Amino acid sequence: MISVDGVRHLYVHLPFCAHRCGYCDFVTLVGRHEAHAGYADALLRELELECGALATPVETVFVGGGTPTFTEPGALARLLAALPAADEVTVEANPETVTPGLSELLHDSGVTRISLGAQSFQPHLLSVLERRAGPDDVRRAFYLLRDAGFDNISLDLIYGIPGQSTADLERDLREALVLEPEHLSCYELEAKPGTRFTHAWGEELARQAEAMEGYFEVVVEQLVGAGYRWYETANFCRAGCQARHNLGYWLGRDYLGLGIGAVSTVRGLRWRNSPRLAAYVFALAEGRRPPREFEELDGATRTRERLMLGLRLDEPVPLGEVASALDEEALVRMEGLGLVERRGDGLALTPQGRFVGGGVTAELFTEIPAKKYN
Amino acid sequence: MPELDRIRNFSIVAHIDHGKSTLADRILELTETLSEREMREQVLDTMELERERGITIKAQAVRVTWKGYELNLIDTPGHVDFTYEVSRALQACEGALLLVDAAQGIQAQTLANAYLAIENGLEIIPVVNKIDLPQADPDATSGELADLVGETPERVLRISAKTGEGVEAVLDALVERIPPPQGDPAGPPRALVFDSAYDQYRGVVAFVRAVDGSFSTRQELKAMAAGTRFEAEELGFFSPDRRPTPTLAAGEVGYVITGLKDVSRLRVGDTITSARGGAAKPLPGYKDVKPTVFAGLYPTDSDDYPELRDALEKLKLNDASLFYEPETSQALGFGFRCGFLGLLHMEIVRERLEREFDLDLLVTAPNVAYRVLTKAGQEVEVHSPADMPRELDRVDEPYIRAATIVPKDYVGTVMELNNERRGRFHHMEYLSEERVMLAYDLPLAEVVYDYYDQLKSRTKGYASFDYDVLGFEEGDLVRLDVLLAGESVDALSLVVHRSNAHSRGKALVERLRDEIPRQLFDVPVQAAIGSRVVARETIRAKRKDVLAKCYGGDVTRKRKLLERQKKGKKRMKQVGQVEVPQEAFLAVLNLDGDKR
Repeated sequence: MISVDGVRHLYVHLPFCAHRCGYCDFVTLVGRHEAHAGYADALLRELELECGALATPVETVFVGGGTPTFTEPGALARLLAALPAADEVTVEANPETVTPGLSELLHDSGVTRISLGAQSFQPHLLSVLERRAGPDDVRRAFYLLRDAGFDNISLDLIYGIPGQSTADLERDLREALVLEPEHLSCYELEAKPGTRFTHAWGEELARQAEAMEGYFEVVVEQLVGAGYRWYETANFCRAGCQARHNLGYWLGRDYLGLGIGAVSTVRGLRWRNSPRLAAYVFALAEGRRPPREFEELDGATRTRERLMLGLRLDEPVPLGEVASALDEEALVRMEGLGLVERRGDGLALTPQGRFVGGGVTAELFTEIPAKKYN
Repeated sequence: MPELDRIRNFSIVAHIDHGKSTLADRILELTETLSEREMREQVLDTMELERERGITIKAQAVRVTWKGYELNLIDTPGHVDFTYEVSRALQACEGALLLVDAAQGIQAQTLANAYLAIENGLEIIPVVNKIDLPQADPDATSGELADLVGETPERVLRISAKTGEGVEAVLDALVERIPPPQGDPAGPPRALVFDSAYDQYRGVVAFVRAVDGSFSTRQELKAMAAGTRFEAEELGFFSPDRRPTPTLAAGEVGYVITGLKDVSRLRVGDTITSARGGAAKPLPGYKDVKPTVFAGLYPTDSDDYPELRDALEKLKLNDASLFYEPETSQALGFGFRCGFLGLLHMEIVRERLEREFDLDLLVTAPNVAYRVLTKAGQEVEVHSPADMPRELDRVDEPYIRAATIVPKDYVGTVMELNNERRGRFHHMEYLSEERVMLAYDLPLAEVVYDYYDQLKSRTKGYASFDYDVLGFEEGDLVRLDVLLAGESVDALSLVVHRSNAHSRGKALVERLRDEIPRQLFDVPVQAAIGSRVVARETIRAKRKDVLAKCYGGDVTRKRKLLERQKKGKKRMKQVGQVEVPQEAFLAVLNLDGDKR
């Protein structure tokens, strides 16, 4: 059966990690080997409960974490085998977990794309981030994956690390480019309030803020210079190698998320599964849906999100889809400043505007009616 | 009703803390107006009365009896800002005690008020107080005082108001040295209003000195300058509590409850007479005092604007010299441009608004009144730099004669400060071997801007300062505008002397550069006279403002972040393209910010 109006993008959350990095604020669980198999079962039950919403076939599957590749191999293999087939199946991997066996397992399980969490190639910066892998682990993992036949590998890099100089950043970018990945995601380190990392490094980061202000520009300059397409605020790719799964988010498509803490958005309803492993596993063992938090997205909110996400891309967002979220006066002002431009019947940030896209988007929003905050 | 020659009307001229109220207390006790024991009871009775009748007005004149004489002690406002009020109060007297602290000697303020008393033809009785203090130097102080009033040092009384030593002699001197009031007890009634207050239940209470004829309760009266008619609902005097009396006769001092709902209808200096068959000519000296110092008053929370308006209205009932008009500032929203008699008056008004009306206020850095001759040949008075025409023929600014008394080691320091402030030396006088009085003519604008703090710090707190407004003089003044991204910000305009334009402009743009958050584009901050830029800074554009990553699980949170950012913008003031937070304006405009 082919269902075209079903959800085309499936996310699966594997929360287990060998260790929690200081800066991380994702839903993660350290160790818990004994729980991996049971969690995989629960995931598959949730999939069973929700699969009616999915399109057949789905377009993309993304297995994220946590460290999906830290999951006990048997459980991982069973899970991958049970997931619906898709054009793009991505799995996130941490370099230190990549072995020839794992690479093969992934490849044999129909995984088409690997997102490798490199973060940096400088030992001192990796240690600040509390990453377990060294620079050599990253390179070794990359080549192992290549050897296993992966022709679509993405590298994650983080910049703005405490103690990182411009030279450090440039070196990181060069090292990454040497590997010739198909895709690169470059994030500025976010010191999120309440994390151990912010506690330890917050002041240092505040001191460096001004010096690191130009890092984003360095990243864009180097990667675009190396022939990558800056197709999303934080993402770069070789021609035709966009992350199709993530593109689904940015194009405002519906998505289904499975696992603890996973978020789904389907037809104006968004829900987040409980982040608690026990509650999740228990509910599904009884054949019930896990505890969830729901958020109803009204039309205006959806349009605002469409604008916010659409402006992250280099391709214009169709004006017709976002017009009601746009403050006309602000639009004229932003156009006047050369930060945003109309292209055809679409709207896009100018290259200059993309560096300040958050601020521009906030400007462009129409007055947000005061409403009860939940 | 005593004969005129059994009445003595006097006030006490003294610097703050030189013992005026202590002396007044001793006088009340010695004249048995109040025993020590009674004092407490009386205070209680008064409070009871206040609760019952709503009379909250403090006595401005107290009547006591001494050896068969009726003595009226008239209180005067303590500062030169109220020169006119002081002069009216002094006009109600025939004499004054000039009270000086034996340890501190004459202060600038004492000097100003003493001159006022002398100008008003009052008999001055010099008194040295606090002779019991170990650090007192009664001989030196007596010498200073004797010189000042042209008496022999022997005629200077030496007392301790605290212990009561010598106070009886003061009372005797009042009777002996001060002449009885002059006036025509049989003529049409005339009384001078030397102060007024507002009682929320009974309306305007006028404090008066009856000069001719007599007044009685229920009499139809009129204020001659204002033309206001009213009925004397109650006449009386304070002793020290309120004592209603059927009549007030020539020479006497007392109060009139008028029932009027607005003090501006019965101003200090006005003459009260009977509405029918009243006096033909008012008593001399009425003058409509003009404020010289102006500042914007804004509620910190714009929702409080109606409360501020009501509070000013009420305050104005009690303070006829307070001027205010609504003002809209691009930066601060709705508020009032208020005119004051001086900086102290401004401080008092602000404090009363905050304390009595519980308002949170923003007071802009003050400026003076300017008289401008426009290119079109019109003469206008300008109360706010934002209203100053950029093109004009001539502008006059108020000048003051400032008297500064300092230990002689600081003479050079004060001269230097005054020279920096466009001062003109007038004269210098040695009050004693150690202390010098320096008289300078200064533009009031220079005193209004950070002068007191400078004087205080440069003289280590030893200087005492006072001034009189001389009048207006032409000045080489320019309007200094602030431009944000080429757009002039009216609220931040200043009027400065041309020679200061660069330094003031530089300080201002630097301050703004630090206070205004970076925008999505470069913002030039300029200070300019007309089209000529005298100082410039640039607020560099943000180089990045993005949400690092945004995937399916992040959308809600990121959206809310941007929504909050949008809401935050609403609280900013849009100046052309530039968003300026309230705080940035405050840093530049706030009086307190200016002092920092």
